[in-house]
Amino acid sequence: MSIQTQLLLIPLLPLVGSLLAGLLGRQLGRAGAHWVTILAVAGAFGLSALTAWQVFIEGLGPLNYSVYTWALVDGFTFEVGFLIDSLSALMMVVVTFVSLMVHIYTIGYMHDDPGYQRFFAYINLFTFAMLMLVMANNFLQLFFGWEAVGVVSYLLIGFWFKKDSAVKANLKAFLVNRGGDFGLVLGVAAVAYYMGSLDYWEVFANVDAVSGQTVTLVGDWQWSVMTVICICLFIGAMGKSAQAPLHVWLPDSMEGPTPISALIHAATMVTAGIFMVARLSPLFEQSATALSFILIVGAFTALFLGLIGIVQNDIKRVVAYSTLSQLGYMTVALGVSAYSAAIFHLMTHAFFKALLFLGAGSVIIALHHKQDMRQMGGLARYMPITTATAWLGSLALIGFPFFSGFYSKDMIIEAVKASDRWGSGFATFAVMAGVVVTALYTFRMLYLTFHGPTRMDDATRAHAHESPWVVTVPLILLAIPSVGIGYLTVEPILFGGALADAITVAPAHDVMAKVSEKFHGAFAFGLHGFVTSVFALAMLGVGVATYVYLGNPKVAQAAKDRLYWLWTILDQKYGFDAFYQKIIAGGSLGLAGGLSRIFDAGLIDHGVVNGSARLVSRCARLARQVQTGFVFHYAFAMIIGLVALLASFLWLQ
Amino acid sequence: MPIIEIVFYLFGAVLIASALSVVTVGNPVYAVLFLVLSFFSAACIWLLLQAEFLAIVLVLVYVGAVMVLFLFVVMMLDVDGEQRRLQIGRYLPVGFLVAVAMAAQLFVLIWTQGLELQAMPEPYPESFSHTRALGELLYTDYLYAFEVAAILLLVAIIAAIALTHRRRPKTRYQDPSDQVKITKGERVRLVSMASERETSEARGGNGDKS
Amino acid sequence: MLTLAHFLTLGALLFAISVAGIFLNRRNVLILLMCIELMLLAVNMNFVAFSRFMDVMDGQVFVFFILTVAAAEAAIGLAILVVLFRNRRSIAVGELSDLKG
Repeated sequence: MSIQTQLLLIPLLPLVGSLLAGLLGRQLGRAGAHWVTILAVAGAFGLSALTAWQVFIEGLGPLNYSVYTWALVDGFTFEVGFLIDSLSALMMVVVTFVSLMVHIYTIGYMHDDPGYQRFFAYINLFTFAMLMLVMANNFLQLFFGWEAVGVVSYLLIGFWFKKDSAVKANLKAFLVNRGGDFGLVLGVAAVAYYMGSLDYWEVFANVDAVSGQTVTLVGDWQWSVMTVICICLFIGAMGKSAQAPLHVWLPDSMEGPTPISALIHAATMVTAGIFMVARLSPLFEQSATALSFILIVGAFTALFLGLIGIVQNDIKRVVAYSTLSQLGYMTVALGVSAYSAAIFHLMTHAFFKALLFLGAGSVIIALHHKQDMRQMGGLARYMPITTATAWLGSLALIGFPFFSGFYSKDMIIEAVKASDRWGSGFATFAVMAGVVVTALYTFRMLYLTFHGPTRMDDATRAHAHESPWVVTVPLILLAIPSVGIGYLTVEPILFGGALADAITVAPAHDVMAKVSEKFHGAFAFGLHGFVTSVFALAMLGVGVATYVYLGNPKVAQAAKDRLYWLWTILDQKYGFDAFYQKIIAGGSLGLAGGLSRIFDAGLIDHGVVNGSARLVSRCARLARQVQTGFVFHYAFAMIIGLVALLASFLWLQ
Repeated sequence: MPIIEIVFYLFGAVLIASALSVVTVGNPVYAVLFLVLSFFSAACIWLLLQAEFLAIVLVLVYVGAVMVLFLFVVMMLDVDGEQRRLQIGRYLPVGFLVAVAMAAQLFVLIWTQGLELQAMPEPYPESFSHTRALGELLYTDYLYAFEVAAILLLVAIIAAIALTHRRRPKTRYQDPSDQVKITKGERVRLVSMASERETSEARGGNGDKS
Repeated sequence: MLTLAHFLTLGALLFAISVAGIFLNRRNVLILLMCIELMLLAVNMNFVAFSRFMDVMDGQVFVFFILTVAAAEAAIGLAILVVLFRNRRSIAVGELSDLKG
């Protein structure tokens, strides 16, 4: 099998699986549908792993080739093409692996759902779209994948379309993403305009020619073209990767079934923005302004959206806010030019966040689709495997030494500390404080769910039991990389230059080089991790959580009463939702209503449509008076016409 | 003054006078008679123009047929006395104004185009036959139009008959559409009735015969 | 000396008289029809005059057709008049206003 065939099969297998399960779902039956789709994803994963092996171990050079040319328009080629280098190989493995786990897990989670085949068709289609996104070698295909994952996300959030909240949530996700996508489209258009190409490599080659140019957008202010392009592109990433203030759709997307929360809203789709910025690092390196913007946005997201997680009661929403916070960490890493650290965290986060989501899903199965943590507690006795894997995932999340999250998160923190970029001071504070917050909400969730006195009602408790193997096996399989992948890959990915062929960092910005001076091997770094301030901060958070939620639950209530204003702010999510609802949605509705009243009802309906009818009717009523019915009146009109005609003859001679 | 001009002015004056009378006289019978006079005068003027055939046709067809038709209708319609009187006073100003304006315009048009300089052409030679010339033109170049005109007259005849023809209640007509539409059941009505019993004698008689 | 203009003037006068007649007459549709006949006569007069003065016979062919049409028109017009009178017992122009929209 040639390498081209192998690469082509990777996205095509899930597409075929999706079509089979989606169009022939009834004929295939439930088991048939999941076998087809799982085999497709497993095949894609196997080939991706093979590709990754060839890229990382055998040293297969970057491949950039066109598969199919859509159109040749005025010098632009629109084509489907693959760019296979270390970055896309890594992403392909992560995407297909998490997707495979989620597929298997879905068998258990969606067991009784009537839309079984449809669900498998969607997640397979999603895998196809995400693979097209990460394998793209041009902006157009990136945009295709970008929108395709958006569409599938929309379909999946609203999977239970009879549920009102789900339908609202998917609409919200779609609309908020539209805001981001608008930025992306502008960015891609600007790239096409200034660079004259949409191919990644051609664009990268042209960067130097454009970097000095400026453009006037509003007023007399001169903007660097690169800054404009990068900020536009990053606004797209803000939508897809749920950065403040375009994050509001992600918590609501938890209305979808849990497997897709794990697949789409934790591990893969939301990382598309991070991936894109890393992929386009040669562009972003040209604009320190844009990187500072990214840094500030990421830092804000990392800290303040994590805080909201502390007051959430829905288990999935806690994980969702933690996802927002972790995406903020990745964005911060991008902002200080530590692209490899961002990708590294993306990878580890994909594993442990998928694990946490699937663990939450396992709990939800056991409790018959109850998600409120106030009605859980003490589940460890009933669900040992879920509890154990959730602990492993949580430790990875808070960055406990030697766990995968530790390496990635500490590297980001080190990189931020080492950076001298404008805004890095705020970012340092944000990521350090974020560590406490992360530990606090993570352990709050653990304690409230699995430990302490049970608050379940009797009927629920009677049914609480460990989930079937199709659920626990993916948990275990995800727990393994959640624990170990960081230790194994930190050195090659961050310092060994494994991503060097895909990521460009200007020497002046290279914070990872500074960090590498302190790095003396994964084991030494792990040991050193126990004595750092970051670890102390994490333990502080764990300690507080342990005291408040395990030791003395009254404190939580007392703190809530005492700091009610703070709790309100957090519970209202800083008013983002209210802002969007009132100002943006209300404003649009008001504007649309006004326009519809003025233009549609007033001008079109009343003026043009009814008005023309009324005008005709009025003219006709006037003209009717002329029609007396008397023959001589008509004759008179004719004669007058004749006289006028004769007069015109006379006058014209 | 040559005779030709005297003839023109004479018949022209009669024509105008009779035309005026047509529109002013109250009694329609008189109006028709004046119309006849004006057509006759016009025919005479056409003779001056050497359009002999047309002049004769005008007299024969118009005066002889159409005007008689008019007269016939006038007599047939029992127009009462009230309708015979002409009310001129009210509409005179408007009608007069329009007529004068139109006549004035036409005069200006006619007398400023150099038409007044076109003298009468030489008369046709003796051998010239107006009827023949017209006929040659009519049955060659204008044959198609001629046929159409014939159809038009036919249509006019049919239309006039169809409009004025009255059905009398007692007369019997055939209606072809009714004849076509009829069904079998309407033509013959089959009545089922008990047939008469055969008497034994009749049977016996038959038996003998066979 | 007789010129073309003389004949045309005669036609124009005839035409103007018949136009005035149409206006003056409010009593009788018959008179209207006669006025129309007069108008056609005026037109025919022009045709014949032009035909003679320009020595083109086609004009007289037109006169021929106009006579045909006028005869047809008179026949149908009178037929309509008869029907009208039969239905309304009146042919007064001032009372006929059924064309009103």
